[in-house]
Amino acid sequence: MEQINWELVDWSRAQFALTAMYHWIFVPLTLGLSFMIAIMETIYYKTGDEKWLKIEKFWLKLFGINFAIGVATGIILEFEFGTNWSNYSWFVGDLFGAPLAIEGIMAFFMESTFIAILFFGWNKVSKKAHLISAWLVAIGSNLSALWILVANAWMQNPTGMTFNPDTMRNEMTDFWAVLFNPVAVNKFLHTITSAYTFSALFVIAVSAWLLLKGKNKVYAKYSMLVASIFGFLSVVATIITGDGSAKQVARYQPMKLAAMEGLYEGRTGAPLIAIGVALPDNDTLPKEHIVGVEIPNLLSILAFNDPDRFVPGIKDLVHGNPEYGIPSYEERIQSGKIAIDALAAYKEAKRAGDEKKAMEHLETFRAHYKDFGYGYYYGMDPHMLIPPVALTFYSFHTMVLLGGWFLILFILIFISVMNDTIERKKWLLRAAVLSLPLGLLAQEMGWVTAEVGRQPWVIQDLMPNLVAISHIETAGVKLTFFLFFVTFTALLIAELKIMASTIKKGFPE
Amino acid sequence: MFEKMSYEALQMYWWGMIALLGAALVFLLFVQGGQTLFYKLSGNEREKTVLINLFGHKWELTFTTLVTFGGAFFASFPLFYATSFGGAYWVWYIILFAFILQAVSYEFRSKIHNFLGQKTYEAFLYFNGVIAPFLLGVAVSTFFTGNYFSVEKTRLVKAGSNVEAVIAHWETPWYGLEALWNTHQWAFLQNIALGLAVFFLARVNALLYVRKNVDDPEILARSRKELRRNAVLFLVFFLFWLIRLMFISGFAVEPGTGEVFMQKGKYFRNLVEMPVVALMLAAGIAAVLVGLYKGIFRDEEKAFWYTAAGTVLTVLSIFFLAGYNHTAYYPSLYDLQSSLTIANSSSSRFTLIVMGYVSLMVPFVVAYIAWAWRALDRHKLSEENIEREPEKY
Repeated sequence: MEQINWELVDWSRAQFALTAMYHWIFVPLTLGLSFMIAIMETIYYKTGDEKWLKIEKFWLKLFGINFAIGVATGIILEFEFGTNWSNYSWFVGDLFGAPLAIEGIMAFFMESTFIAILFFGWNKVSKKAHLISAWLVAIGSNLSALWILVANAWMQNPTGMTFNPDTMRNEMTDFWAVLFNPVAVNKFLHTITSAYTFSALFVIAVSAWLLLKGKNKVYAKYSMLVASIFGFLSVVATIITGDGSAKQVARYQPMKLAAMEGLYEGRTGAPLIAIGVALPDNDTLPKEHIVGVEIPNLLSILAFNDPDRFVPGIKDLVHGNPEYGIPSYEERIQSGKIAIDALAAYKEAKRAGDEKKAMEHLETFRAHYKDFGYGYYYGMDPHMLIPPVALTFYSFHTMVLLGGWFLILFILIFISVMNDTIERKKWLLRAAVLSLPLGLLAQEMGWVTAEVGRQPWVIQDLMPNLVAISHIETAGVKLTFFLFFVTFTALLIAELKIMASTIKKGFPE
Repeated sequence: MFEKMSYEALQMYWWGMIALLGAALVFLLFVQGGQTLFYKLSGNEREKTVLINLFGHKWELTFTTLVTFGGAFFASFPLFYATSFGGAYWVWYIILFAFILQAVSYEFRSKIHNFLGQKTYEAFLYFNGVIAPFLLGVAVSTFFTGNYFSVEKTRLVKAGSNVEAVIAHWETPWYGLEALWNTHQWAFLQNIALGLAVFFLARVNALLYVRKNVDDPEILARSRKELRRNAVLFLVFFLFWLIRLMFISGFAVEPGTGEVFMQKGKYFRNLVEMPVVALMLAAGIAAVLVGLYKGIFRDEEKAFWYTAAGTVLTVLSIFFLAGYNHTAYYPSLYDLQSSLTIANSSSSRFTLIVMGYVSLMVPFVVAYIAWAWRALDRHKLSEENIEREPEKY
């Protein structure tokens, strides 16, 4: 392509990043707190102990405040695929639209119908119906996460489809391959368990704050007990599924793995950098270099369960490594260009009614389709296909280190609640309160790793972001960007203030 | 079962599903209609709280229907998604922005330390109540009056720049807002008329819902007065739109070649050639009129259900008129052959089959919504019982 409007691409990306990151501030709490509320109501239903009803109602109030703003920030994301990523919507709409529609029919209606019963149905439905509604809200919100993560996983590892040259789009051929895409299964489990971890941190942090203020001691301790068990199980599951996710990344997105670990030169027995920093380095592209404390062989083990296995580095992927059968980006760009030209020639031949020629071009196209997206970088520097390494590295390592801290925190809280020493351990209570923003940071860093690490691909290897855009003015995108920035920021401030005042009031006595 | 259906039948089935979701959405816009009446119907803060809670118990249903409508359109007619959302940028973003503001307003409005103040959240609800029905009506009207766009799929592999490589181009700098001043066949009159008709219909349904579910003589007296005014305005704008629709040239499709051409009185022909749709439209309009009669002259509670059923039937038949019987449902005035039809804009046969199975969940969804609706509406709302509610907005 002779001309690229990078400004439009970057502002479209910035808007999606902004809206997605704002949305994700609220979603994890909805996913996990809904289950904890259902558990609390179940205990109340079984025991008839009014204490649990009061505990549930307090958390339900906070849940409602959070849910509203989660819904507000979420609606934009679905429609943004059309408004700002129009080419993408056509190129893969046949596959990508389906999970979004299923999400609406299967999950959103369940969530929105039963949330009304959960909040306003106390005196209007039986206790049992109310309890079932609580569980259906939790199931509905988690089902919604399933479908949107299936859609996201498909972008990272496109499967179950074939490209139709007549309609110029990818078409679904195997629904089960889309649903049970290995990346989808791991991504779903990793994302929801990390969301549960954050929700548990929220309950613990709020309860810890109440204990520090000497308020609602009994309720706070009971809440902490439920949350520490829930959080411990969740964070263990997050770590296990995170390991699974890393293996999927190693297999399907080797450049992302290299960026996550700052691995420039591929190695057998590759080490894992436990802690490191990005230093400027003008001699290499990208212009930085990661140095840090290395744990020998660990990256090979984590990625392939084999301490001696070769893990390709950024240079291997960009420049190619014949020894390990890795083609260079330049080769893939050439191959992608052949695919693009063959498709154009196929359409011309079809228009001219020359079936024989059309079939020849189609054969060429099919042979090179796996590199289709690279073709759009024809005539450009292949280094442009490297994601931002430092940002991916820092995000990934921040997330992992914080995950380790949360595991320790949940164990300490559980032990302290069980032996009734939690009130005396002010340092632990303060650490629990401070861990809440850290939990949010870990959540956002997880998404930054997943999404920045796969740049520039909107669909791995098939469609780069530069060609996925809409035919709109950059000024318009800038305007909507700032509109959402100001609106979401104002609503976030409102949410935090309302939450703070609700928490200050404490549990109903 | 869906495997046995032809591709054409599946496309028609899915256009039917889109029509159903669209019809449900227009009916559920009564929440938005209600949001524009909080001040008109209430004399004090307590009465306003009754009304806000009345509509607040239902807002998520409208919101969810809109989101599902979008998702279903994406899954079944992705070319529409790419063309309309990626082109009529401002129309869709203004609608979405109005819904963003609505989503927080019920929950935040009465909370202390809510940062923006109660009046601001009430203004957000009003804004959503005016903008969403009006612009959705305008957007649907362009299904008959047309927009300015072009679609060329080979741009993806032929264009010299990444912006030109986008397959769907909106060909005006107003990105959809030009529907409000488009002079082709006096389209702006038609578009604005449907926008206003949907707005006043949302208010009419809201007023009848108040009649059915509120136990407060003051509120009911005010709502009766409002009902007459809004019903008349709805009828004026809707009948103007419908009668004109019967006379304008429409966007017909040549069955064999798929070529789009202008045909005089196309939508009237559609009614004649699809008598079932004509009957549905007549039944829908009749049900709305009966509902209005019962609401205005008989003061009956069940009037709401008549206008509700009438709304659903009428909107269904409007969508059928737009898409069935070889008609381009999203016509282009810039390049007639770029117009979208249910045949050229749909997903693949396989996807429509998969989505067909997904659609079997709809009756189940409708059933639990009906259960929850009944449970929450079992008792009328009044100042006294709102006071007793453990949770309220």
